[in-house]
Amino acid sequence: MIKKKEVIVVGGGLAGLACAMKLAEKGSFVKLISVTKVRRSHSVCAQGGINIAINLKGEDDSPIIHAYDTIKGGDFLANQPPVLEMALAGPGILRMMDRMGCPLNRTPEGHVDFRRFGGTLYHRTAFCGASTGQQLLYSLDEQVRRYETKGLIEKFENHEFLRLILDEKGIARGIVMHDLFNLKLEVLKADAVVIATGGLGLIYKKSTNSTFCTGAANGRLYMQGMKYANGEFIQIHPSCIPGNDKMRLISESVRGEGGRIWVYGNSSKTIEFPDGTTHPCGKTGEPWYFLEEMYPAFGNLVPRDIGAREVLRVCELGLGIDGKLQVHLDVTHLPPETQHKLESVLDIYQKFTGDDPRKKPMKICPGVHYTMGGAWTDWPAADDSDRLERFRHMTNLKGCFNIGESDYHYHGANRLGANSLLSCIYSGLVAGVEVPRYIDSLSSSYTQTDEKIFGDSLRIEEQIQEELLSKDGSENVHQLHDELSDWMVRFVTVKRDNPDLVKAIDKIKEIRTRYENIGMADRGKTLNQTYVFAHQFKAMLEIALVITKGALLRNEFRGAHFKPEFPERDDANWLKTTIATFDRKGDEPVITYEPIDMRHLDPIQRDYTKAKKIVPTLKNIPENIELPL
Amino acid sequence: MDNKYTLKIFRGTPGNQYWEEFELERNSAANVISALMEIQKNPINKKGEVTTPVAWEQGCLEEVCGSCSMLINGKPRQSCTALIENYIQSTGSTTITLAPFTKFPLIRDLCVDRTSMFESLKKIRGWVSVDGSEDTGQFGPSISPEVQEAMYTLSTCMTCGCCTESCPQVNEKSDFMGPAAMSQIRFFNANPTGKLEKSDRMRVAMGDEGIAGCGNAQNCVKVCPKNIPLTESLALIGREASKQAIKDFLGLPDAGNID
Repeated sequence: MIKKKEVIVVGGGLAGLACAMKLAEKGSFVKLISVTKVRRSHSVCAQGGINIAINLKGEDDSPIIHAYDTIKGGDFLANQPPVLEMALAGPGILRMMDRMGCPLNRTPEGHVDFRRFGGTLYHRTAFCGASTGQQLLYSLDEQVRRYETKGLIEKFENHEFLRLILDEKGIARGIVMHDLFNLKLEVLKADAVVIATGGLGLIYKKSTNSTFCTGAANGRLYMQGMKYANGEFIQIHPSCIPGNDKMRLISESVRGEGGRIWVYGNSSKTIEFPDGTTHPCGKTGEPWYFLEEMYPAFGNLVPRDIGAREVLRVCELGLGIDGKLQVHLDVTHLPPETQHKLESVLDIYQKFTGDDPRKKPMKICPGVHYTMGGAWTDWPAADDSDRLERFRHMTNLKGCFNIGESDYHYHGANRLGANSLLSCIYSGLVAGVEVPRYIDSLSSSYTQTDEKIFGDSLRIEEQIQEELLSKDGSENVHQLHDELSDWMVRFVTVKRDNPDLVKAIDKIKEIRTRYENIGMADRGKTLNQTYVFAHQFKAMLEIALVITKGALLRNEFRGAHFKPEFPERDDANWLKTTIATFDRKGDEPVITYEPIDMRHLDPIQRDYTKAKKIVPTLKNIPENIELPL
Repeated sequence: MDNKYTLKIFRGTPGNQYWEEFELERNSAANVISALMEIQKNPINKKGEVTTPVAWEQGCLEEVCGSCSMLINGKPRQSCTALIENYIQSTGSTTITLAPFTKFPLIRDLCVDRTSMFESLKKIRGWVSVDGSEDTGQFGPSISPEVQEAMYTLSTCMTCGCCTESCPQVNEKSDFMGPAAMSQIRFFNANPTGKLEKSDRMRVAMGDEGIAGCGNAQNCVKVCPKNIPLTESLALIGREASKQAIKDFLGLPDAGNID
């Protein structure tokens, strides 16, 4: 029995912080690693809110309906028990965040207020203005700081995870990291490692993600044998401001509060509506609110995959602003008090474009936004007979857990807006109770691990550093990144075609070969960002292959994965989870599949054209669910 | 129109700082970050010499994480929202200067170490002391929309350090924590549960690193990218600190409202 539980948490966004807090509260000692000050993590970018089915709006909402909307919104690709328990935990999570001082918007009576979001007909989204992720993150950051002063959490900010250390039995016993200020390599030891490193938007470069979100940590683990699931499912957000450096998000809450998407109509052109009927594209010269016409029930609040696809379809007919992939998002008609609730996002639009969105409709376009896929992790349901022998959120590498956006659970083929903040906090709390239980199951601690194991891992990284720093070739790694991003954005986003995907795989492999010939523009050790990025890029290329090959093989249309050649969801052949495994000898990922846990709800068609508030039933709900709260 | 512009960057490591110029193509959508990214791809200075890429700190690029603070034409701000064309048009000059903050230890080029700001958040007890994360079935105390809005405004502080950089009272001779930490005291004291530890925070505000350090220069409020009413916070904390001093002098526990 290990008395002092020591845990490494890599990543300090919502998931990592929630996990660190819970672990410390339960008496574990946490080493928290982050490439930035944890308070700057990408969770701050989440704008619109967090979905909590607590039914404070008199709409008869419930966690069961929330779970139903989420499973359906994800096009039945998500394992269902995790979705159910996440929805059930929502109300408790909201109460916890409220008690911790998160400044959530209020009703006149002083209670938490809710707004509408995509893919649901309920007012289910609690929010803090239009920077909800920032506020939730700050509240957890503050609790973690409190535990830091108590000596239960030790932070290693400006440090980056490089390698998992596995003992002779393949059990995680620590990590190798480097200090981003001076490239000093260091071993940290512990009896469990939790990875919470977020999404991989930087593989596409121009995404809504922060520049920290490279996906490199998962890429490195994948190259060490971690299974990676549903890589091909990448969410494209319908509303972004294009920039030279990134795509800037314009929150779905803008539409939740009444913002409308339109282009100028052209009655000489026709388009097929989702019900199969053909219609003219509005009236020439007048605003055409195409989402409202095509999807009368959900209108501008259709799920993001649908929104992004319809924007593309309309623009491909030449109706985009200036003929580009660009449409209007209009809040000019909203009353000032509603615009005020969106102030932070409207201000950002104005700062970057110079136009006041209160007076002039915004111009927006789709952009890479969220990584539904990620590390494969186990997730035994409450009533599974082996529930207590398995560990939720543990990867196939024993003792290495994975949570938040960097794992593959909860969202299936398409994430509903405002579900990510919930899944991040929830999975963090789950790991916070599973990890101590896991450590209790170990017969020995890292203190009994042979020192040679740690030394060997360190030496591998020392060698990599030495080789990479001395690279003297003609390629510039940032230019290679631009090339990768051009291909990924063109061929592996909203619309996927097999011939393009084949070419994209070849291109990624070509870039991987050319990467061997990069030159290191900087050879110093002080804050050498070129080196740090070059190290990340190698792992990013491997995940790019996982995404692209998964997309190539999946010959169907499901959620965010749209392949016109196969225009239907194909449950007979493709209702299964994609698993990618690194092949040390071959040059491509090995792709296999595993069944989805569908014990609560049989697949139905996703229809957002007409919908009434039905009260869905979920089957087989266990009676012994214990929430991590 | 001259289709080129110059970024003049104060770079280097502690004790070895120098100016280096880079010439770049004008582009209507360019911001400082995208310009620095161009230099990464082609690290050649204006003289045509191959040099090292410039190091800078960045994160969200949406002005919500606080990472990319630097001095642009001498003024502290976030570089993600700094649009090149706006600078060229408002100054009439095609040269823009970038420099690291001066009130924090320099790491390299445009990067400084702002750890001191996060240490201040520890000192002021910047948290609400909940009994635990376990769900009690209860929300926190109800809060009016008006108070929520005030709290939200204070809580948008992203610890970027612009206020600290602009404050003449933050210097080698003073221990003043700077405006951000004082404003955070106000934020936590405004929370109905956070208020329970108000006296502890006020005693920090009364200490050597506290509000007495403020010289009322009012630079902070002018540079805050989030328009946080920092001078209002500083004045309020000043008044509250005086009240706390009286309470402590009288030796009364903070049990009743003696305001």
